Amino acid sequence: MSDAVVPHRLEPNAQASRSGTGWLKRALDSDIFYSFRRSRMTMVAAAVTILFFLLAIFASQLSVQNPFDPAQLQLMNSRISPLWTAEGQSPFLLGTDEQGRDVFSAILYGLRISLVVGVLGVVLAGTLGITLGLIAGYFGGTIDGLILRIADVQLTFPAILIALLVNGVAKSVFGNRLDAMSTLAVLVVAIGLSFWVQYARTVRGSVMVEKNKDYVAAAQLIGLPAPKIIFRHVLPNTMGPILVIATINLALAIITEATLSFLGAGMPDTMPSLGTLIRIGNNYLFAGEWWIVAFPGIALAGLILSINLLGDWLRDALNPKLR
Amino acid sequence: MTVPVLSVRNLEVEFLTRRSTLRAINGVSFDIAKGEVLGVVGESGAGKSVTGLAVIGLIDPPGRIASGEIYLSGTRIDHLPPEEIRRIRGKRIGMIFQDPLTSLNPLYRIGDQIVETIRTHMNLSETAARKRAIDLLAEVGIPAPEKRIDAYPHEFSGGMRQRVVIALAICAEPELIIADEPTTALDVSVQAQIISLIKRLGRDHGTAVMLVTHDMGVIAETSDRVAVMYSGRIAEIGPVQDVVQNPLHPYAKGLMGAIPTLAGEDKRLVQIPGSMPRLSAIPPGCSFNPRCAFAFDRCRVDRPEPLKHGSHAVACHLFDTAPGEAAKETAA
Amino acid sequence: MLAFTLRRAIQAIGVMIAVGVIAFSMFRFAGDPVNQIVSLDTPAAEREAVRKSLGLDDPVPVQFARYFGNAVQFKFGVSYQFRQPVSNLLMERMPATLELAACATVLAMVFGILMGVYSALRRDTILTKFFQAVSLIGISLPTFLIGILLIYLFSVTLGWLPSFGRGDVVRIGWWTTGLLTLSGLKALIMPSITLGLFQMTLIMRLVRAEMLEVLRTDYIRFARARGLTTRAIHFGHALKNTLVPVITVAGLQFGSVIAFAIITETVFQWPGMGLLFVQAVQNVDIPIMAAYLLMVSLIFVTINLVVDILYTIVDPRLRSTISRPA
Repeated sequence: MSDAVVPHRLEPNAQASRSGTGWLKRALDSDIFYSFRRSRMTMVAAAVTILFFLLAIFASQLSVQNPFDPAQLQLMNSRISPLWTAEGQSPFLLGTDEQGRDVFSAILYGLRISLVVGVLGVVLAGTLGITLGLIAGYFGGTIDGLILRIADVQLTFPAILIALLVNGVAKSVFGNRLDAMSTLAVLVVAIGLSFWVQYARTVRGSVMVEKNKDYVAAAQLIGLPAPKIIFRHVLPNTMGPILVIATINLALAIITEATLSFLGAGMPDTMPSLGTLIRIGNNYLFAGEWWIVAFPGIALAGLILSINLLGDWLRDALNPKLR
Repeated sequence: MTVPVLSVRNLEVEFLTRRSTLRAINGVSFDIAKGEVLGVVGESGAGKSVTGLAVIGLIDPPGRIASGEIYLSGTRIDHLPPEEIRRIRGKRIGMIFQDPLTSLNPLYRIGDQIVETIRTHMNLSETAARKRAIDLLAEVGIPAPEKRIDAYPHEFSGGMRQRVVIALAICAEPELIIADEPTTALDVSVQAQIISLIKRLGRDHGTAVMLVTHDMGVIAETSDRVAVMYSGRIAEIGPVQDVVQNPLHPYAKGLMGAIPTLAGEDKRLVQIPGSMPRLSAIPPGCSFNPRCAFAFDRCRVDRPEPLKHGSHAVACHLFDTAPGEAAKETAA
Repeated sequence: MLAFTLRRAIQAIGVMIAVGVIAFSMFRFAGDPVNQIVSLDTPAAEREAVRKSLGLDDPVPVQFARYFGNAVQFKFGVSYQFRQPVSNLLMERMPATLELAACATVLAMVFGILMGVYSALRRDTILTKFFQAVSLIGISLPTFLIGILLIYLFSVTLGWLPSFGRGDVVRIGWWTTGLLTLSGLKALIMPSITLGLFQMTLIMRLVRAEMLEVLRTDYIRFARARGLTTRAIHFGHALKNTLVPVITVAGLQFGSVIAFAIITETVFQWPGMGLLFVQAVQNVDIPIMAAYLLMVSLIFVTINLVVDILYTIVDPRLRSTISRPA
């Protein structure tokens, strides 16, 4: 019965992209788009995710101050509660923290850092994983065994532990006082090194399967170099699963960054990410200054929830069996 | 005439997809008498298995029985509440599936699975059920059943596992056995044994058997009557000898022509051009018309109903002697 | 069976050696151990003496052998911050972590399995939707946020439960337990929930997916065709087949629960190994980091081994075909 259903087309491929409008029509008619339209939750999640990205991109235009610039902070403005409460003061919509930092502005800038670290971490993990997966799958043998072994061992350790270790070692090697940008780079590396395994396994699996297929042999017979075949034919086939992994990993990467920062092993107080803001705010929770921790927390939870919803939907849409 | 064990009348089964409703079974009618073996043949996708599942009430959503009636020994069973049809399954209708390797739960001893089934349907004690289980295993030809009863499914070969599956299907003395491709997954050497086992059990217990297969050889060997299915309909139904030796429907002709025989070695095997239409693209009129060498105008417009023709019933306009007359009749 | 166990054990030792190399490299190359022991104004000659006394002049393989030999005897060197043997620090804190992880795992298993089974069998009820919402939140809310939320609700606002620490503990030999006192149990509630929620979500999703998969199998279809009751099919056949992989995963998860305890312990100031490790990372206390890595790896590897062996006992197919590692 399933053969009556139009095959999934996530991306324009050779067949569908012959004409631009034809491709659009196909995309709008695809099962993916259908399931997207049918799930209101997914549409909301997509909208919220886009909103968060826009907020991060236009952070400097939307905020009332640059929370990273100590010169713009005034201690007399510290610990102001949100605007709608009795002690609220304009322009501090969501109140201020103990340094007089506007919580709303800090969230926008923190969001930017969280997203940058998350996206770069996922890109690094993806690049690393796909490359290693291609190498393992294509060459096989000893190198394949080695990569698999490393992946196996690493898979038993939670990402957060690996990230913490990388972070600790980096601190030790570069000295305890890393500047904020270097910390950011360390975080990206830590996340990239923690999440590559899934990509590598997925890509390796597909390469192994495709490698032995007749069309590869045929392509080799007519003189196409094997790496070209892998890149042109095998890699595109794995793009669906990779996209699902990447989406879910983005949420995980953002959580990991926030957790590291919360644990004091991530972004410093002078250039706080959402996790840092929550750590700072947590100290004021007992004093009843809930807004310092609550709003960054809500922003973080909302962001991760939306991305996870997108990821869940994408996984189900690409894998009709699970529906 | 006695009441047939199974009587199916104008059965229609639909599958709802998001684009359309696909009709997997479209107006199928047939009877099976006590002790009779009805073979159901056709290409994959012709609706053979779905018919079997419909009878036993195992069509799962998005599929459903859209219309028609199913009678078991005169009682209508197609609209029973789930709990009542559940009581009929296994007790009055036994089912054998295609793949014995996956039909048994790998984590339970086969004895436990048989005893469980017996005790679900019969009021027997644990010991009595176990004794019956051993007898059943002996009857289906498992050597040393009192020892093998405590083995796990993976400790049996494919053929032996199918025997266990058959023991499970007959453990409550059903009136009807539905065997869905019972030999397809087995080695050729084992196939014959399983077929003769099913045949013997049917004869010994007076059980009616609905044997679904795409293997004409199996049908010819076992069945009393045969129904040839094509894209959700019965093309031709009749006594097995008559249908095999003198098929009427062009599709049945093609099907019989595609069987190699030992005698006619000089004959080329006949091939039917094209393939069965997809459920989403069934042509109007007779669904076989695009592949039929004898198709004429009426075949492209009018859907033929099975009409009695000698010992057969055949759904083909070529044999409709009185066009327009809705003398709908089915072979009993 | 024996050959299988043996092969798995050898694999486990291989992993431990690999982790040992990493731990040693951290210990030896990430920062100069001498700097951590002497003060900044120590003269060069004295530094050299310390270097010699620590054996840092020996060839690297010799140093590794020595480090590994010591590690096998649970000697991990001296903590830079506390000036105490790392093994003492770890042993002192291990009971707190293990009790927390065990409670969280039990919680996660019980509720995860119940919710997973229910949502697989009743796919469209309101309760299932609710469970799925809970599972989404469990996956989406970072552990530390859940902890903060619980503290705010039950400690700050309601004042029912303590916000930090282990409460009163009872000492049994070298082990300290909080399970025997009321304050210890009360202190355990929120950290267990915080730590267990993510695992519960995972188990629930796994049970649901696994159960739906099993319900689609031929033997379940055949069980239905045999007319077995829905109850027997769901809770006899489907559940047993579902739980085999679930137990494996849940067992393997126990290792990551211990690692995830790092976060929970930080939020609740729970005096366990995780908190020690976080403080070590913050203060670049490499001996503790390396030792923690080794300890946690040992726990992981042991659990993996036990789960593998258990798995073969649960699944009869593997029991007789042990020669093939599954």
